[in-house]
Amino acid sequence: MTGERPIGEDDLQAFVDGRLASSRHEAVRAYLDNHPALADQVKQEIELREALRARLTFKAAEPVPSRLRVANLMAAQRRPARRRGTAVAAAVVGLLIGSALGAAGGIWWSGSGRVTAASVAGNAIAAHRIYVGERLHPVEVPAEQEAHLVQWLSRRVGKPLTAPNLTAQGYRLIGGRLLPDSGEAAALFMYENPGGNRLTLYARSGGSEAQTSFRFESRDDVSAFSWIDNGLSYVVTAKAERAQLLPIAETIYRQFDATGDPVKGRL
Amino acid sequence: MDEIASLLEPQIPALRRYAWALLRDHEAADDLVQDTLERAISRWGQRRHEGDLRAWLFTIQRNLFLNGLRQRKARGTQVGEEALNDVQAFGTSPESHAGLRDVLTGLDALSEEQRSLLLLVGVEDLSYEQAAQVLGIPLGTVMSRLSRARARLREFMENGRSTVLRRVK
Repeated sequence: MTGERPIGEDDLQAFVDGRLASSRHEAVRAYLDNHPALADQVKQEIELREALRARLTFKAAEPVPSRLRVANLMAAQRRPARRRGTAVAAAVVGLLIGSALGAAGGIWWSGSGRVTAASVAGNAIAAHRIYVGERLHPVEVPAEQEAHLVQWLSRRVGKPLTAPNLTAQGYRLIGGRLLPDSGEAAALFMYENPGGNRLTLYARSGGSEAQTSFRFESRDDVSAFSWIDNGLSYVVTAKAERAQLLPIAETIYRQFDATGDPVKGRL
Repeated sequence: MDEIASLLEPQIPALRRYAWALLRDHEAADDLVQDTLERAISRWGQRRHEGDLRAWLFTIQRNLFLNGLRQRKARGTQVGEEALNDVQAFGTSPESHAGLRDVLTGLDALSEEQRSLLLLVGVEDLSYEQAAQVLGIPLGTVMSRLSRARARLREFMENGRSTVLRRVK
């Protein structure tokens, strides 16, 4: 062992990781034989390294969820044109999706990428029609996991959201889902009253104006109020009369307004 | 496209494991992995200059994790109740009564950088050079911090065991 480099911290770590060349490995082993206290620590560190690996093995062995499939993610990424500069291709994809969602879809893709209250309302009403009639899977995440739902949707939409409390209006939260809207993420919360009538609240980031007043529209039997506040576009949609829906829209507006204020905010 | 998928997909199980070890919440972990993959796909063109794919992916994921942590702190949200529940559940697991703490409890006693080092080197088998790249620190610093992280984990696990034994007596 004459002329060899002295054993260092780096050698001991590489020994724990089993990454030393065999000659150096033997040198460290010989050194540890002469230093039993240190040898005991190294042995424990090897055991802990193995314990950590064993503890986490299950996670890497799980089947990969389909939402993490690269092909799915790449397909989703071809939609937002503004970021990627392929405006034409994305607009075409946007139009195809818009038409697939049906006549109620409104302006799915606005060429400039500008979010308008009208286009968001159209998308929100289309989403409402598609999902409220769903018996088996009206929501992706049920209300039992509300904390996770809100955290998840806030993250994806990029703004702090809450699921407003509408019990005073007779509606309880049943859950929510994530939706694409012109290549951006949109959140849909769904509520139900004891009569089985469902109401949706749609929210996404963006909005060319800082704040707008309530905008009402009704298509067939569905009514919607939309507004933009604090950089978020909201649309509340239900099979209800204007007069019934307005107080609900006001309640939601007030609850979000409170969360926009960090002092009063729940989030 | 196929090339991107064939290079990225083999890395996904490891990214999910690292994400879960950091967040201890399955849904939030997959959200983090999804954000990582989306970013990797959209910045694929810039990757060549960065060299190593694994180190690049883990760098993206850790930075997104840290950003998320910062945002949540700024907004004052709770970091996920599930994570806390899980930690409690581990603490009261049968092994802890037997005096053997869950090694994840020990991991929680470390700083984020120490945790990431132990996970990236000890679990994900990143080379020391790759770990240095992910954490943005020199190679020599990786070795000394790894040494400190392992010592701290060992002491935590040891002390935990002795307090349990003392309580039993």
